Amino acid sequence: MEHLNFQLHSTPALQVKKLSADVLCGIVSSGNLEILVEPVSSDSTVSAETCLITIDTAAEGFSETWQAVLTQFAERHAVGGLSFTLNDVGATPAVVALRMAQAYEEWCAAMGAN
Amino acid sequence: MISRSERLAKIAYFRDGRHIPSNRMVEALNALIQPGDRVCVEGNNQKQADWLAECLAKTDPEVVRNLHLVQSVLALPEHLDIIERGQVDRLDFSFSGPQAGRLARLLEKGTIQLGAIHTYLELFARYFVDLTPQIALVAAQMADREGNLYTGPNTEDTPAIVEATAFKQGIVIAQVNEIVDVLPRVDIPASWVHCVAQAPRPHHVEPLFTRDPALITEVQVLMAMIAIKGLYAEYGITRLNHGIGFDTAAIELLLPTYAASLGLKGKICTHWALNPHPTLIPAIEAGFVESVHCFGSEVGMEDYVAAHPDIFFLGEDGSLRSNRAFCQAAGHYACDLFIGSTLQIDLQGNSSTATKGRITGFGGAPNMGADARGRRHASPAWLRAGAESRAEGGMPRGRKLIAQTVETFKEQMQPTFVERLDAWDLAESAGLDLPPVMIYGDDLTHLITEDGIAHLSRCHNAADREQAIRGVAGFTPVGLNRDKRAVENLRDRGIIQRPEDLGISLRDANRDWLAARSIKDLVKASGGLYQPPSQFRNW
Repeated sequence: MEHLNFQLHSTPALQVKKLSADVLCGIVSSGNLEILVEPVSSDSTVSAETCLITIDTAAEGFSETWQAVLTQFAERHAVGGLSFTLNDVGATPAVVALRMAQAYEEWCAAMGAN
Repeated sequence: MISRSERLAKIAYFRDGRHIPSNRMVEALNALIQPGDRVCVEGNNQKQADWLAECLAKTDPEVVRNLHLVQSVLALPEHLDIIERGQVDRLDFSFSGPQAGRLARLLEKGTIQLGAIHTYLELFARYFVDLTPQIALVAAQMADREGNLYTGPNTEDTPAIVEATAFKQGIVIAQVNEIVDVLPRVDIPASWVHCVAQAPRPHHVEPLFTRDPALITEVQVLMAMIAIKGLYAEYGITRLNHGIGFDTAAIELLLPTYAASLGLKGKICTHWALNPHPTLIPAIEAGFVESVHCFGSEVGMEDYVAAHPDIFFLGEDGSLRSNRAFCQAAGHYACDLFIGSTLQIDLQGNSSTATKGRITGFGGAPNMGADARGRRHASPAWLRAGAESRAEGGMPRGRKLIAQTVETFKEQMQPTFVERLDAWDLAESAGLDLPPVMIYGDDLTHLITEDGIAHLSRCHNAADREQAIRGVAGFTPVGLNRDKRAVENLRDRGIIQRPEDLGISLRDANRDWLAARSIKDLVKASGGLYQPPSQFRNW
């Protein structure tokens, strides 16, 4: 098991409603991935242009691939001020990218942003 | 050269009409086969003349020797046993699947000479030119007392092999599951068959084209959505062939749901060259499909197929007549699109399923996945693809759409996109004339991954093409080394389209779109007519 932390630059996320809607996306099963999206806690010192990502992964030695997947994700989506917690059981980058984007879209929908 | 009647005279003492007793088959082969004969043991990735292969492997190596095997597949251990026993000098074949590793070791040892690795259609063609078998060992479901054969739903390669052999002084030997008084229909006339014997057990048929919808992933659903919207709808593809695999099974299962929601019923996917895939059942039931011609049958689909004479090509007995040679020709010349999956793709778009130490061969895919340069009839999709590819001022002609749909990484994080195909190493270690390429880059018009679709047919130079491939190669090293500006430029020009460019929301990419989510759902959709083989029954 490997534990990874990333702080990535991103556009601040839209927060239409001032409520904390946690979104759990995906189910942990073979080749799958669980993602929790929530706003960065208000007493945290990180800026609104930073996205925090924490990963627990079964596959060791892929931190560079994670970095590439997540950097592109933070570039393509307005996720500054959000925190993502991932529980990975060996998902491919395709699955990770899809689930991350789905988690973000779910979060936006929950916040009434789209 | 010894004539057919001279050969048959040697077994006259136990040959009764065209029938011979099963327990004398090895004796018959010892007598009939001459040193140096070209021998074809029928087998494909579906039907196998498995008992005759066993009998051949029991012949006397002193007598049955210096053979030249000319056959579609080397799939059974017995095919390789004959080689290991030193009875074979030379081999011309098409596909080796499960025996790929053993075959590679035999070739490396120099036990036999490899003529060439063919596509099915090429090998059939050579049966009528310079590789005509002297001995053909074939499989049929039934024979009658006179020796007429019923090949039934799994006709497959039998007509091509038998016709070449029987009309050039060769001997056709058939194993049958049953001997009956009256056949359901005659597929091969008795006068083309010289020996018939009942096999101790029915010949093997592999359910090769069954994919369990329960195993289709959301990424495959996403790629199916991209294919339907970015390719099928874009070009209005009505005539097509799908390769084997979960990626294309997902497309089949999205036709009655996603494609229908886009108003595409009757506008795409009406005419097919395809095995009777169980995953096509929901689309057929939804009225999406008008016609399907099959290369072979599929275990469990017999009753469903028999109930749809309007869709499938059936005999008067109600069973499929699947003639592989005709279906290969149909797929090559009469389809506007081939889409399949592969193991590796390089920067020019060449793709290969070859890996070091395994000689798997080609099967039929290269003939489906190649532009039909001899085609002359036009269709809107063919004309459009041709117009996109053509340099200014060139002679107008059409082009077949050839697409690969692949995830950027395979299991165990093996990248699909590579700088150099393993096929080069294999060619070197096995002494092949050429790297075994399944689909050549210059035939490939479209590439679909979870990252989007690359319209390679719209690229007019090598640099654009390479960046278009890198641009959908995700986080593989090939993808990470893309020129970001060039890729964005290709996106602006509509050469690369991301899911969002096609109006596909990733949140929407989920298994709810699958018209069947399990084998059980397929059985239900078929009205109980589809009878899946036991390994696919999990309820």
